[in-house]
Amino acid sequence: MEQTNRSEIRGRIFDIQRYSIHDGPGIRTIVFLKGCILRCRWCCNPESQSYKIETVTIDGKPKVYGRDVTVDEVMEEVMKDAAYYRRSGGGLTLSGGESLCQPDFAVGLLSVAKDYGLTTAMESTGCAPYETIERYLPYLDYYLMDIKHMNSEKHREFTGQPNELILANAQKIARSGQTSLSIRVPVIPTFNATKEEILAIARFADTLPGVKRIHLLPYHRLGRDKYTRLGRPYLLDGIRPPDPSLIESFRAAVEANTHLACQIGG
Amino acid sequence: MEKIKEYSVPMAERIARLKDDIFSVKPRIESARATLLTESYRETEAEPIVMRRAKAFAHILANLPIKIFDDELVVGSATVSHRASQIFPEFCVSWIEGEFETLPTREADPFDIDAPTKAAIREANAYFRGKTTSDLALSYMSPEARLAMEHNIFTPGNFLYNGIGHVSVHYDWILAEGFNGIRRRVEAELAACHQGDPDYCRKSCLLQAMLLSCDAIIGYANRYADLAEKTAASCHDSRRRAELMQIAANCRRVPADGARSFYEACQSFWFVQLVLQIESNGHSISPGRFDQYMYPYYKADADAGRITPEAAQELIDCVWLKLNDLNKCRDAASAKGFAGYGMFQNLIVGGQDEEGQDVTNLLSFMCLEASRHILLPQPSLSIRIWNGTPDALLLKAAEVTRTGIGLPAYYNDEVIIPALMSRGLTLADARMYNIIGCVEPQRWGKTDGWHDAAFFNMCRPLELVFTNGVDRGVQIGPRTGELQELDTFEKFYDAYKRQQSYFIELMVNADNAIDFAHATRCPLPFLSTMVEDCIGRGKTVQEGGAIYNFTGPQGFGISNNADGLYAIRKLVYEDRTVTLREYAEAIRDNFGKPYPQEMLYTVALQRAEDLRRAGKQVTEADIAGFVKAGMTGTTDKARAERYQKLLDKIQELPKFGNDLEDIDALARDVAYTYTRPLQQYRNPRGGTYHAGLYPVSANVPLGQQTGTTPDGRLAYTPVADGVSPVSGRDVKGPTAAANSVAKLDHGIASNGTLYNMKFHPSALEGREGLVDFASFIRTYFDRKGMHVQFNVVSRETLVDAQKHPENYRTLVVRVAGYSALFTTLSRSLQDDIINRTQQSGNN
Repeated sequence: MEQTNRSEIRGRIFDIQRYSIHDGPGIRTIVFLKGCILRCRWCCNPESQSYKIETVTIDGKPKVYGRDVTVDEVMEEVMKDAAYYRRSGGGLTLSGGESLCQPDFAVGLLSVAKDYGLTTAMESTGCAPYETIERYLPYLDYYLMDIKHMNSEKHREFTGQPNELILANAQKIARSGQTSLSIRVPVIPTFNATKEEILAIARFADTLPGVKRIHLLPYHRLGRDKYTRLGRPYLLDGIRPPDPSLIESFRAAVEANTHLACQIGG
Repeated sequence: MEKIKEYSVPMAERIARLKDDIFSVKPRIESARATLLTESYRETEAEPIVMRRAKAFAHILANLPIKIFDDELVVGSATVSHRASQIFPEFCVSWIEGEFETLPTREADPFDIDAPTKAAIREANAYFRGKTTSDLALSYMSPEARLAMEHNIFTPGNFLYNGIGHVSVHYDWILAEGFNGIRRRVEAELAACHQGDPDYCRKSCLLQAMLLSCDAIIGYANRYADLAEKTAASCHDSRRRAELMQIAANCRRVPADGARSFYEACQSFWFVQLVLQIESNGHSISPGRFDQYMYPYYKADADAGRITPEAAQELIDCVWLKLNDLNKCRDAASAKGFAGYGMFQNLIVGGQDEEGQDVTNLLSFMCLEASRHILLPQPSLSIRIWNGTPDALLLKAAEVTRTGIGLPAYYNDEVIIPALMSRGLTLADARMYNIIGCVEPQRWGKTDGWHDAAFFNMCRPLELVFTNGVDRGVQIGPRTGELQELDTFEKFYDAYKRQQSYFIELMVNADNAIDFAHATRCPLPFLSTMVEDCIGRGKTVQEGGAIYNFTGPQGFGISNNADGLYAIRKLVYEDRTVTLREYAEAIRDNFGKPYPQEMLYTVALQRAEDLRRAGKQVTEADIAGFVKAGMTGTTDKARAERYQKLLDKIQELPKFGNDLEDIDALARDVAYTYTRPLQQYRNPRGGTYHAGLYPVSANVPLGQQTGTTPDGRLAYTPVADGVSPVSGRDVKGPTAAANSVAKLDHGIASNGTLYNMKFHPSALEGREGLVDFASFIRTYFDRKGMHVQFNVVSRETLVDAQKHPENYRTLVVRVAGYSALFTTLSRSLQDDIINRTQQSGNN
């Protein structure tokens, strides 16, 4: 009975990408859930932010962002690559948007994926009551958590939310020992692209039990056109991607000042 | 077997120098062989053909100019200039004189040619005119088959104009016992012949011819020994002098007798490989399992402390360079189909032994390393993958793939072994398979596979359904019904199958005519000494002397046809949003789009012919009107809009290559329309036909002879290559595309299938990138894919190479079943490669 109910839970997604190899071990499929609580100015998936289904025009043709699907429908697509997961140790990754905004649906997906023996991962801001996050952990192998800034005021300015809840959740998730937690830092010029700001995050991550790895994700402009299409201003216009040598110097600084392994990219 | 975790050695300096040297000159034509062949033929006219062939072979090897290039360790060259080509008038003379002027400037595979060479070739041609295999084959073909060829339904041009090649010999015999050993085998067989035997005359004559051939190659090697000694005598560099003396000693020993060292084995191998390509110009003479038959010689030297891995690697690298120094001049049309000076010398590492155990050894790694060192198209390097293949070997292969040279190609034992057994090979023989040419599996040393027997363009029979078998005004196919009679999809599909089956039979007719002509006019006694059981049967390979005999013509266009038939089924017969007549009109008018400049006149003539058939008068002005319309596209606005709407609808439909059940199932069936009818036919050597599904590079030139297709492909553009989805239509990433391709029945296509993939270099970055890539290949093979190969060059690089070819002289890319220098390819083929769907790992 529970099986049937779980597979019929509905949720809202905006994309499914197969052969994803940079977000967790092996060959993975990412399911992008729609709707996010943050409004990061650099977000490269602005169509992910609103929970509403949006229609835009591309080359004169309408394009709809967002569709409602059941756990079962998503898993049918995900399991098309089951043989690849088995060979590579890959599986399902939830991304968004913010998967924590659709807990019934997301937990449904993760638990069915675990039933099939897949590894599970989630890219998440961690910005939700811990009681919500707790529901995910039994079914989640890899929690890829963003920490964007240690200064709450600046965090609020650039993402729309303060950071206290996020940092507290990071500590609780790490202490739970239920999932492998790694920290990811988008490196955004004018926001956090200084050695001090990056190191502050790394030092915090270093205090989290079990966290061994931190990723630096350099800012890119690939999402810019989507803002225009959605009729929204791109607040980071004029900002250039950081120089690779700058990122490399951050990586070296993190490894010199913490116990963490630091990797550039996902 | 020792466990190898990783292998890597630096490239010797000599190799870079030799490589520069090879590419320092433009390929040219040499005429010495043609002249010597003709001299001998003139003197032997009254003798049996097999003896004439042996005598000509001996005359050529005794007199062909020889050269040892600076710095070489392994010697022997068919020409005195690098990457030059000899001419083989015994196979065909009709094309070359007409192409003398365009040879140096043509887009695909240009060759320089000077006046004395032209004169010599003219003289040889004058003798051979009317006496070639090509002439005889054409005289044997049915008029219907020739008509179908004129209309580009299929082309067996490869073997119609050239030798057959496409074989792997018993290199192991020569390494072990030399041609003196072969002589002993032949003499023993001769001694056992009785004068009263029914086949005595044929058999004894062949055995005599074989003895002559053995002596000829031994003499040829001794000429090199003499030259090396002579060169050493005047050499002031003591190191080089010592090398030359060693070369002389090697050439005295091998291939006359068995090799006693790895170095001698390399030299012996090379003489066999080279001389096979002097006897005939058939390409795809494939070294096969080099890591297996060479290993005992390496192991013995290594165990005795006589050789280091570095020294062995340098020798292997030298052999690899020699494989790139061989060349072949084809007629202009064939050159497009095999573009990039392809020699298709396929060499394969890894796999299993006769008992099903993994055979990976250090040489398997060294072969991969050699290709990583020299970064050139030859050998066409391949790797056999099965469940027992060590990850270390697969990762080493992935590392070579990451260099972007398109090598190695990956083959799946788990599909190929049962596929070969289904064609009558024993389990032990099937497990020993290697790959010939592009993608064709066979048991080396025992097979005459006639792989690559013809290109069959599956799009053309589908075109003929719309015209009731009429092409350019001529009834070339069966009448399968007027459009109004095809009122169900089943009837339409059945009409397609009937068109296709009809032309398959004609292709068999053409192939068998060519096959018989080669047996009659160009038996190859030297080759036959190294293929089982020619000696015992007293028959050359061409007469059916091999244990396994096949003919394997290759079909292509599956994906276009699958997408097109799906669209017709859906739009015409299910949704009824367009009638079949409207669809046919849209195809006739190229969906209202302009035609390529060079095709305008052809198209106009075809329209004129259509009108004449309908009983209408056609004037010059009408034809001029058609040309103009072809240039601009449909000018009738309402019509153009209707066509565009249909095209949009077609584009929205599901396409093969996206892991969608319905369309993938149809693609599977479309492949059967070629593979199944073909396997009922037999060839003159007593073997069967079986299908390949691969295009070499002919999907581009033959696409230029293919009108608009119902999948929305515009007229005279490339069709899809091999079993790959149509470029750009597989949009769900590499796993979805590979799943679709794996749903085809690869096992029945036992002459090989070809799947091209293009990856962005970022997808293979780092150790993790390699590991994921390796998992990807393993999974495609779990799902019963047969072959896959990769281009790992970014689009930006290729576009830049088109703009600045001078900076990319040695940029190697994967074309089809082989790799080639990108800048030597025609513009349209370059575009085809650039436009292949590029897969990257999503971020």
